[in-house]
Amino acid sequence: MTDIRWPHVLIGIALFALAAMVPLIADGYWMSIALTIAMFTVLSTSWAIFSGPTHYISLATAAFFGVGSYLVGTGMSDFEMPYWTMVAIAPVVGAILAFLIGLATLRLSGVYFVIFTLGLAEMIRNLVSWIQNNFTGSRGLYVLTELTEVDIYLYLLALAAAVFLFGWWVQRSRLGFAMRIIGNDETVAKHVGINTAFSKVLLFTVTGFVAALVGALIAPRYTYIEPNGVFSPELSFIVVIMALLGGTGRLWGPVVGVIPFALLQEYINANYSNYSTLVMGLAFLLIVYFLPNGVVGRLEQLMNRGKAS
Amino acid sequence: MDILITGLLLGGTYALIAFGLNLQYGVARIMNLANGEMLVLGALAAFWLFTAEAISPLLTIFIVAPLSFVGNWLIYRFLLTPLVKRSKTQGQLEVDSILATFGMSFVLVGIMLAFHGEYYTYSYLAESFDIFDETFALNRVVAFCFAVLIGGLLYLWLFKTRTGMAMRAVTVSTESAGLVGINVKKMSALAFALGGAVTTVGGTLISTFMVLDGSVGVLFTMKALIIIIMGGVGDLRGAIVAALILGFVETAVARLVDPGLTLASAYAIFVLVLLFRPQGLFGRKPT
Repeated sequence: MTDIRWPHVLIGIALFALAAMVPLIADGYWMSIALTIAMFTVLSTSWAIFSGPTHYISLATAAFFGVGSYLVGTGMSDFEMPYWTMVAIAPVVGAILAFLIGLATLRLSGVYFVIFTLGLAEMIRNLVSWIQNNFTGSRGLYVLTELTEVDIYLYLLALAAAVFLFGWWVQRSRLGFAMRIIGNDETVAKHVGINTAFSKVLLFTVTGFVAALVGALIAPRYTYIEPNGVFSPELSFIVVIMALLGGTGRLWGPVVGVIPFALLQEYINANYSNYSTLVMGLAFLLIVYFLPNGVVGRLEQLMNRGKAS
Repeated sequence: MDILITGLLLGGTYALIAFGLNLQYGVARIMNLANGEMLVLGALAAFWLFTAEAISPLLTIFIVAPLSFVGNWLIYRFLLTPLVKRSKTQGQLEVDSILATFGMSFVLVGIMLAFHGEYYTYSYLAESFDIFDETFALNRVVAFCFAVLIGGLLYLWLFKTRTGMAMRAVTVSTESAGLVGINVKKMSALAFALGGAVTTVGGTLISTFMVLDGSVGVLFTMKALIIIIMGGVGDLRGAIVAALILGFVETAVARLVDPGLTLASAYAIFVLVLLFRPQGLFGRKPT
């Protein structure tokens, strides 16, 4: 294992400290954008911890996120549970769901996994709507708390720090090493004695936990929870684009994609909302054809070339 | 009985769509996630020509098929061939083609929504038709007959001609097919183009009895994928059986439980297949 590179750690801590000071200067509009960025930072980074090294493209983020938000909504409106109890329950449910999906699909080749996660959010949305129509009765759910956007932002920032620490630990652990071998060649990984299915399911469960927790934490922001809103499949795709745009080769790669793409999305939604799908499509094509290793990967390539000459 | 026949009619159309995707994935090895959008394009063309020019959807088939063939050939030639060349392994190609076709699918959805953001509703042959003293919509029956006809012709082509045989050889093994003198590149492009054309025609047929809109493509992609996996990749017989099963189950769930749960029932089938027969209904267990 490599030594801890202290300058990097210090830069990381300094950046987090700066991010934590954003609420001091930002007004309502920018605060809301900062909150969106914080949300996608957590989602993309935890996505990349699993999908980066293994190349298993997960499109289940929206499903877990939706489960988290919805559980908070239904728990508070239908069963009169306190907010924090639901925040504690939601990620556990997300993790169990991810664990079961992992067990069913991750033993097989990657294509099955992608296909399964592709329609997952939509399927859960259908199920939830059906349950609501037939059993619980209410259509929309209220999440009324005292929390402000600044509070939620700080919680998400703390969660982001936790995810970064986890990702850093994984990279240095035997598990991370195993994931990289799986990503390079799964057959080799099996032959050197790695329990590939177990390693993949374990990390995927963590991403499910994190995504559901983000969904639960952000629920008070929307106040009114509706299945159609929280299970939007678009979220999964945006998370994938952001992570790949930044680059999954480094732990901090996804953030590099999150910030510009979140700003671009904000701009598009405000001015040309009809074209947001088109922009997502073009972003995918841009990544595949011109930035296969993301912005960070491209920069590193350029720097290495500079050193060599 | 009612459910059985409606399921059969729906399953026949699904089989045709799965046929298209099977050609693309089985021969060209491209997991085309923009497949559903090709289908919706077919539906959009039918809607547009019917409302604006009063052209029957059954004639539209002959217009969209060659257009879609050329369009898909161009996509394969200029967008996907670079990926095939770049990738060193099958896994790498899979990841790249998944991301690239996602991009294409979103671009197509974006264009279609800009073009016509509403539902594609039009009424064609919405008359009743009796089978065994029960009433069915004539448009479903006609769509089914056309699907069977087109599927049958493709089947004959695939099993009775030299080109068809070459194509089946590529499905079995890309490398060995190249060794015995088959032009794999050309075959892959042909299969991709043909698969796209078949899917678009399927969309035209579906639009006669189902209301679609620009963003619904992904659901059909899902269904076609589930059918292919259930039937076994490259296995036409399996795909037909799987399509019929999906048609029956969806119809039964829609009638008996709730129409909103058809996707959930498709997922239930998918999970069962993944757990018990991941190699497909008629596939052999890998050793």
